[in-house]
Amino acid sequence: MRLVCIVCPNSCLLEVEKTDAGVKVTGNKCKRGITFAIEEVTAPKRSLTTTVRTVFEGFPVAPVRTNGEIPKEKIPAVMAYLKTVVADKRYKAGDVICGNVLDTGVDIIITIDMDQEG
Amino acid sequence: MADYKAVVIGGGPAGLAAALAAADKGAGTLIIERENRLGGILKQCIHDGFGVIRFGEKLSGCEYAQRFIDKVKAHPGIEVRLLTFVIDIKKSDIFTITATSSRGIETITAENLIFANGCRERTARQVNIHGTRPAGVMTAGVAQNYVNLQGVLPGKRCVILGSGDIGLIMARRLTLEGARVLGVYEAKSTPSGLTRNIVQCLHDFDIPLHLSKTVKRVFGHGRLEAVEVCSVNDKMEYIDGTEEIIPCDTLIVSVGLIPENELAESLNIPLDPRTRGPFVDQNMMTLEDGVYSVGNCLHVHDLVDYVSETAETAGRAAAGSKAPRELLDIEQEGFLYLVPQKLDLDSLAPETVFYFRTAMPREAATLDVTVDGEVVFSKKYQNLKPPEMERVEVPLSPKKGQTVKFFLSGREVK
Repeated sequence: MRLVCIVCPNSCLLEVEKTDAGVKVTGNKCKRGITFAIEEVTAPKRSLTTTVRTVFEGFPVAPVRTNGEIPKEKIPAVMAYLKTVVADKRYKAGDVICGNVLDTGVDIIITIDMDQEG
Repeated sequence: MADYKAVVIGGGPAGLAAALAAADKGAGTLIIERENRLGGILKQCIHDGFGVIRFGEKLSGCEYAQRFIDKVKAHPGIEVRLLTFVIDIKKSDIFTITATSSRGIETITAENLIFANGCRERTARQVNIHGTRPAGVMTAGVAQNYVNLQGVLPGKRCVILGSGDIGLIMARRLTLEGARVLGVYEAKSTPSGLTRNIVQCLHDFDIPLHLSKTVKRVFGHGRLEAVEVCSVNDKMEYIDGTEEIIPCDTLIVSVGLIPENELAESLNIPLDPRTRGPFVDQNMMTLEDGVYSVGNCLHVHDLVDYVSETAETAGRAAAGSKAPRELLDIEQEGFLYLVPQKLDLDSLAPETVFYFRTAMPREAATLDVTVDGEVVFSKKYQNLKPPEMERVEVPLSPKKGQTVKFFLSGREVK
């Protein structure tokens, strides 16, 4: 099967073949393409970027992201959970706002310095 | 004496990188930014994929900007004026900038100017959408501002016109926030965004992409009620009988970006009709001595990593001492565009960095660079697509009077 690698903007067109010996990948410009293709045909993962509410006037939402990839099928559940999270202090970029979100082993981090003017 | 060695207009990624490079070389530098925070459009780019080339990490746009903002704030050689808008620039032996802010009207003088003021989105009216003028019709960048900075959802049932990257990213973003994205419509027969964004923004969320279809009309008084979509042929003409009405409350247009060059034009700086930005040499200096152009006002980039790189080139050059230039035109064939378009023979490095887009999708393509007809550099590409900008380093040391030509060939993909 053919897959487009989404690891970086190169968008390599990968040819993926499932064989008895495992998964054979061609068309990748770097080795990250192989890891991506194997995961994509076994247990697809995605990073998630979104926002959380804050308590600060003039700064209604703060951007966040997963600091790793989570199973693709968990995205709706993580989004629903993050709707309940409120940033109530002035976090810095990189600070963890929720650790091990929904037992994925991945943290949600703030991606901006919230001490700037809103 | 000018107030500053370099004044950078715009505090987005291009302006931040240019200012840092200039100040690192000892130039007294000022950044003028019209908004209340540095970062430019990256403030609202909460999605990731930024910095893969520069930092070897997948950062969000906000984080990418933050790394530069931290350095700018800590740099003793850089001043920043926020909520300040440049209204006029006059040239004598130095540049006199008139700016307006809550402090009133001020004049600032500069030895060198670096334009880093980005680009603007094309609007629905600029692509001939007919009908009423209801609320709910907006550009992708405006929708992104609503969702990512203001925390409000601009609509519940959305149609997206244009398959540019911001449109694709907003399709995913709106879906994640609970809106229904009914489809992405693209008048051209190929998508204009990166393939990875088609995959991770549309396929992942089962959002249909309709190629060779466009939005012809909008309906609704007060709020948008529906759009009429229609197939188009390869000449972009409507095909009668293919019209379809789609009830929706939001139309998001992502139909291209236009470099913003009113200030450059006010100085009579010649623009390249292909890039819609100024002609520049390899230092990103325009045809006006001492005026540089970087980032999306030079040409619309798809990767911020390259924006930072060219901005740094300009920043370093602007910190140097002024010298007369010996400019050589570069001839080109087969490109949508090629930057730089000129070479300053008096400041050539062993290798010159070029950025280009192919004029059409090609397979098994070859870039040949000739000096007086003799091939001095050649590079092969498996695939080239107009939406994907290429960067190439070319060793070039032509002499005055020689002809330098860049030639792109290869099998056209229909």
